[in-house]
Amino acid sequence: MQQTRRSVMKAGGALGLLAVLGSTLLKPGRALAAWNKGAFEAKSAIDAMKALGMSNAEDSKDIVIRAPDIAENGAVVPIDVTSNIPGTTSISVFIEKNPFPYTGTFDFSQGAVPFVHLRAKLGESTPVRVVAAAGGKYYTTAKEVKVTIGGCGG
Amino acid sequence: MADPMKIRATLQGDVADVRVLMAHPMETGQRKQAGKAVPLHFIQSITAQLNGKTVFSADISQAISRNPVFAFKVKGAKAGDKIVITWKDNNGETRTDETTVRAGL
Repeated sequence: MQQTRRSVMKAGGALGLLAVLGSTLLKPGRALAAWNKGAFEAKSAIDAMKALGMSNAEDSKDIVIRAPDIAENGAVVPIDVTSNIPGTTSISVFIEKNPFPYTGTFDFSQGAVPFVHLRAKLGESTPVRVVAAAGGKYYTTAKEVKVTIGGCGG
Repeated sequence: MADPMKIRATLQGDVADVRVLMAHPMETGQRKQAGKAVPLHFIQSITAQLNGKTVFSADISQAISRNPVFAFKVKGAKAGDKIVITWKDNNGETRTDETTVRAGL
């Protein structure tokens, strides 16, 4: 078989195109799975919940938020969340009046108890909203925390 | 390289109570120093494994406090089980540390 320069170039070009296609097709999927930028950059809890597909969450008394009623220092506010809903797989936290309310999602698997303790910055007095995911449905509750000194800016 | 995490895992019955302290500035991008905004620099994701199985993972924002502290609980753990925790920040820096589950009192 005789291979001319032209055919070699063609084959190389096709390979290159495939490589480019492959990388662009794979990257968005990975980025989505890694960190939900849209939700984290949303400026209201409602928009963030929409970006996460949680806007239909129903109120539940089975989620317990333990946080101070009055936080003296908004830079470090301890928050304990426990979900008593059977089959809870994740807990998401939204600090409604922060510049970017979506604070994080905590996933539990392989025997982890649906409980998390975290320490967050609160810019001002705000409701802290928690959404728990269980069996493909979302449940929510909120607790008001008063802040005497803000934790953002300065 | 960031400073090591401090991880403590203590058994309470068959539940391991895991507490972790990470050394990270968690800059919000809103703070100013000498009139210039300090750039956003924060941990984005965390995973924790018990004996190689992922039990706890989190995607977090800059609203988590500086030098973040987290606690979580894993049922069915035994003394001597290995806990490995990894974090990754928005600059792509990562850090992994491990500890073993200690028997409780």
